[in-house]
Amino acid sequence: MIATESLSKRFPRVTALDRLSLDIGPGVTGLVGSNGAGKSTLIKILLGLSPATEGRAAVLGLDVATEGAAIRERVGYMPEHDCLPPDVSATEFVVHMARMSGLPPTAARERTADTLRHVGLYEERYRPIGGYSTGMKQRVKLAQALVHDPQLVLLDEPTNGLDPVGRDEMLGLIRRIHTDFGISVLVTSHLLGELERTCDHVVVIDGGSLLRSSSTSDFTQITTTLAVEVTDSDDHPDGTDAVRRALTGAGVKLVGLDGLDAAGLPGAGHILLVEATGEETYDLVRDSVAGLGLGLIRMEQRRHHIAEVFRTEEAPQAAVAATAGAGEQKGSGRDEH
Amino acid sequence: MSTETGTVTGSDTSRIHNIGYRSYDGVRPGRAYARRSLFSQSLRGSFGLGRSAKSKVLPMLLCGVMCMVALILVAVAMATPNMTKLPIEYTAFAIYLQAVIGLFIASQAPQSVSRDLRFKSVPLYFSRPIERLDYVIAKLAAMASALLILTGLPLVILYVGALLAKFDFAEQTKGFGQGMVSVALLSVLFAGLGLVVAALTPRRGFGVAAVIAVLTITYGAVSTVQAIAWETGSTGAITWLGLFSPITLVDGVQTAFLGASSAFPGGEGPGAAAGVAYLIVVLALVAGSYAVLMRRYRKVGL
Repeated sequence: MIATESLSKRFPRVTALDRLSLDIGPGVTGLVGSNGAGKSTLIKILLGLSPATEGRAAVLGLDVATEGAAIRERVGYMPEHDCLPPDVSATEFVVHMARMSGLPPTAARERTADTLRHVGLYEERYRPIGGYSTGMKQRVKLAQALVHDPQLVLLDEPTNGLDPVGRDEMLGLIRRIHTDFGISVLVTSHLLGELERTCDHVVVIDGGSLLRSSSTSDFTQITTTLAVEVTDSDDHPDGTDAVRRALTGAGVKLVGLDGLDAAGLPGAGHILLVEATGEETYDLVRDSVAGLGLGLIRMEQRRHHIAEVFRTEEAPQAAVAATAGAGEQKGSGRDEH
Repeated sequence: MSTETGTVTGSDTSRIHNIGYRSYDGVRPGRAYARRSLFSQSLRGSFGLGRSAKSKVLPMLLCGVMCMVALILVAVAMATPNMTKLPIEYTAFAIYLQAVIGLFIASQAPQSVSRDLRFKSVPLYFSRPIERLDYVIAKLAAMASALLILTGLPLVILYVGALLAKFDFAEQTKGFGQGMVSVALLSVLFAGLGLVVAALTPRRGFGVAAVIAVLTITYGAVSTVQAIAWETGSTGAITWLGLFSPITLVDGVQTAFLGASSAFPGGEGPGAAAGVAYLIVVLALVAGSYAVLMRRYRKVGL
């Protein structure tokens, strides 16, 4: 989808991109970097709007330097900043943008109605944009990027300014752009946790050069760590400890007791981290807990979090227990099954 | 186009329509089409079409005033016996009604360009096949066309009226032709100046005021100084002073080349030689407006 080769962009006083070589395939790709890392500059170059100082870049196999117009016909762009006039309705605005993308009038109307529905705007689309919430405005911005059915969309900080619920909805929508609509996505963010949930592939840039590029599953490989939490009973006042002894006795390797360094958190010290070697471990945990007459509150898989890329670059495998523990602190709600 | 996946159970009313994402495989007319769309959208917008009812009031009212005046002139010409021509020349019409034209450009130029600038929609245009050149050309052409409709329509009314009144056909046609050339020139000049001023003042209210200021203050200043020059007998200066305001520029050009009688004090319009200077200044202003707009949009792109 996108390929760059030692792409550099230098302004008189700053180097925005420094010999960046990327190869991004179809799917949802996250572009992570702190503010000023060169994300927006890269998007500008990819749209063929700003010439690179050196190096080459191609989008959908089209060269950005010579075939910018053809690229822009096949690519959608959602800017980071506010870009909607308040005095027109979402429908009118998106129809106009569809026509600016080169869609004939009837197709523009049809596609606008479709796209607005897909991004989750229904009756309110006939009202002026000025009265919309931030979440609705983000949807309109997304709709105008999708309305001409591009092969690739570039989304610049789509979750900016959204509350947690809106953020989740937007991330879900981004995921659907690829899975349901079949459109590849390049999404920028400075929040790694967000991209972990939506992206197939994550590219981390810093100071205009590539820090790391690999698939999300590499970043957050599904670990064989299980988190187990049980109730206490009269027979076993400390259920967690009883289970731990039972499991150790059965030869299961315990990775650690979670939350030891998070004493202030509720539930600290009550989650067992167990290394699962296969299906039988799940059975064993279930049987042991049942055998002890305890209630199983949860048994779930733990994953690594992308945030670790910044900390454990050299030895990602070294401290599984430590990082998994850290991951738990960062967001216990993020675990996936 | 929707695919029906549900089965019809019982009655015909219980259908499940699965309208999932549909991709678009139709034609994509591309850049030239997008430019035309932007042109027609902007042109319609200048008369409030495709916008709220409120925004239709002023442009329609101004257009109505222009046509009404033309109709009255025609009525006078028809009702008065022994008239052999219209009460005013075709070329004089726009000069007399310059205030109306000024109000129109002042109200419509900002709405045409300031909104996109103020609400930062411009990057959305430039992330599409359309380019800076297309945007500027489309906006300029739309504004000029809107002005041409505003100023040309009353001339058409006058012409038709003149023919119905059985005035001399050749003479009327010549006058009408000259009038149309003159208002075309005026439209392009005013559109360029109006859009430049509007594009440099993204706040719409300021834009309106700024355009009015550019048109009326320059005219006021020029005509005052011209009047003083007339009083003090320096008739030569009158000719050259006309170079400093848009409407007197148009007046000068049409006096020199289009057989108009000048509205300058004492009718001291430029001759052919000075007329060339007028024409050059007009063309330079138009080209300059275009260049300034291109520069302006280079900055506000993505």
